[in-house]
Amino acid sequence: MIQDASRRRLLFGGAMVGAGALLAACTSNEQGPSTAQTKGPEGDNANAAPGKAVTIGFSAPAADHGWMAAITNNAKAQAAAYSDVTFNSVEAGADAAAQRAALDTLISQKPDAIVMLPHDGKELTASGLKAMQAGIPVINLDRAFTQALAYRVMIKGDNYGMGVSAGNYVVAQMKAKGVTNPVIGEIAGIDSLELTQERSQGFKDALAAAGFTVANRRAAEFTVDSGQREATNLLQALPKIDALWNHDDDQGVGVLAAVSQANRTEFIMVGGAGSKAAIEAIQADNTVLKATVTYSPSMASSAISLARLVAQGRGLSDLVELAVPKDITLASETITKENAANYLQLGF
Amino acid sequence: MKATTADPGTRPEIRKDGGDVLRRWWTSEGNEFAGRNLALIGVLVVLVALGVLTRPDLYGDPEWVRNNIFTILQQASAIGVVTVGMTFVIIGGGIDLSVGAIMALAGVWATTVATQSFGAGGMIFTAIAVGVGTGLVNGLLISYGRLVPFIATLAMMVAARGLAASISGKQTQISGNATINGIASTEILGVPLLVVILVVVVAAGWVLLNRTTFGRRTVAVGGNPEAARLAGINVRWHTLLLYALSGLCCGIGALMLTAQANSAQAAMANLYELDAIAAAIIGGTLLSGGRGTIVGALFGVLVFSTITNLFAINNLTTESQNMIKGGIIVAAVLIQQFRFGSLTKLFSRKP
Repeated sequence: MIQDASRRRLLFGGAMVGAGALLAACTSNEQGPSTAQTKGPEGDNANAAPGKAVTIGFSAPAADHGWMAAITNNAKAQAAAYSDVTFNSVEAGADAAAQRAALDTLISQKPDAIVMLPHDGKELTASGLKAMQAGIPVINLDRAFTQALAYRVMIKGDNYGMGVSAGNYVVAQMKAKGVTNPVIGEIAGIDSLELTQERSQGFKDALAAAGFTVANRRAAEFTVDSGQREATNLLQALPKIDALWNHDDDQGVGVLAAVSQANRTEFIMVGGAGSKAAIEAIQADNTVLKATVTYSPSMASSAISLARLVAQGRGLSDLVELAVPKDITLASETITKENAANYLQLGF
Repeated sequence: MKATTADPGTRPEIRKDGGDVLRRWWTSEGNEFAGRNLALIGVLVVLVALGVLTRPDLYGDPEWVRNNIFTILQQASAIGVVTVGMTFVIIGGGIDLSVGAIMALAGVWATTVATQSFGAGGMIFTAIAVGVGTGLVNGLLISYGRLVPFIATLAMMVAARGLAASISGKQTQISGNATINGIASTEILGVPLLVVILVVVVAAGWVLLNRTTFGRRTVAVGGNPEAARLAGINVRWHTLLLYALSGLCCGIGALMLTAQANSAQAAMANLYELDAIAAAIIGGTLLSGGRGTIVGALFGVLVFSTITNLFAINNLTTESQNMIKGGIIVAAVLIQQFRFGSLTKLFSRKP
């Protein structure tokens, strides 16, 4: 009797989960990358001409963050734009150990190149070395390995530069307004990450050059609700501020919500990364958000292009050198109302 | 020794005299209740005093003080509602590790484009339905599938985050609904709506636990499930209801959080399960079940949000905040263990 009831209810439970999954599929909001985040093989670009057919392996952490989702989508779309590229993506799972295991499988399949965004560059350096020793060139995407032998090319964003760009913008705005002793707030991302520390250091250094300091800094978790929470606390701690830098546009949705809930309009805010929502808000110019500094996931598309060239033994056609350079660090650009239209297509 | 500190299985009887507040206050049972809550109120007073001492400039402004009180309460609101559900589950002898993930799933589902097209009503219905639905699945797995609560809700925690990431396409789902977003900025007679919701949920939870058969059964089931079964309580059905109740609280909490952030995200409400468990325990809920108070749990939540506020106004780091939080949890549980029995109880969870 109990057994029967138990089975029946379990079946019911299973059916509910199934129904949930089905409904989820119907209401899913999966989005592809905008075409501008990838570059098709058109125009007079000599590198675009089809070459030797190559297989590119790809591994990035599975994340529930918009930026990381865009990384994977961009890589996939960029690979699809080349007729001579076969794209072989492995799910990296939840942590460094899972990514290491996935990479071992990938290495054993002997692709012509591997593009890897590691969970943590330090933890995955050994995997990079292993692939390089197996004769597979590794394109290290965004999070740097500790050993130069572990990669053929590194392409990464400039976290320190992001802080500098945000700091420079704040300094310029304060000078334009004639504010000599501004109260500046900072909402950082996850504090234990090196990238967060680099961003904060860049911001601090740029402000220091003008004699400014950060009055209050709160670390959030790169999520909207943590952004809202920490911004609320920061605004409460600083009854009047002149400028605020938020490291991440995804969590910035929460920061902006906190700002409007507190009815605060007396300051300017700078974002980080360059999400589509942030760029649109800057264009609309009806919130405190006046600028954002880029950290674009389009770097994944570039990494695929570089991997293709390396695997085909070609160089970058605009450079004199015959091979692809070893290190490429992207510049963090500042998006304001004036140039927002140019960047909207790069927003993720 | 009175029934209050004896075998948990006999505890429901003492609820019969619940009306005599004054006598309860001064009996040993009353002292336990008052003692613990007074201790928590004392902690809150100390925290506020620290705020006054360290930032006299801010606390000198009455308008700022009023805002700050509401800020602390608003920050406590969503987690407070979830903690009420968690307290019921823990008193009932279980644990719910999936509350943060359920909130994320409920929030994300309520803010998908498809759901938003049904307006605020559709969003509220979806969040509540997802919360209760996932809570029921937890309950079914635990009471009828005989899974250990820790495992069942751990599985739900992982699965619900996965489903939330899938539904949201890993993107932040912006809520364009003015009614939902307005929940965060609406005030009723000068009191923020979020705080009103918290008070209503806490009051409802208190009545449910202390003044109804459901509450007495919860204590009985958590204290001694076998005795409860022999007393004629349908333990499985009751356990199922407890997880559904926790899910309901998650649905309400998800709406509150969505309103505050004007959006939802698969990573939303990160580690809320641990905060809710910690708040419930600090508030005097026995981790092994059979005892707990709703008001104490609320004080537990308030202690955390007051600490966060204190650290923010003094510009101190997340690390130091977390270390102090950890210290408070350990201290509260140690005091509780020395007071109510051996430390071994902590590790002897009933299924």
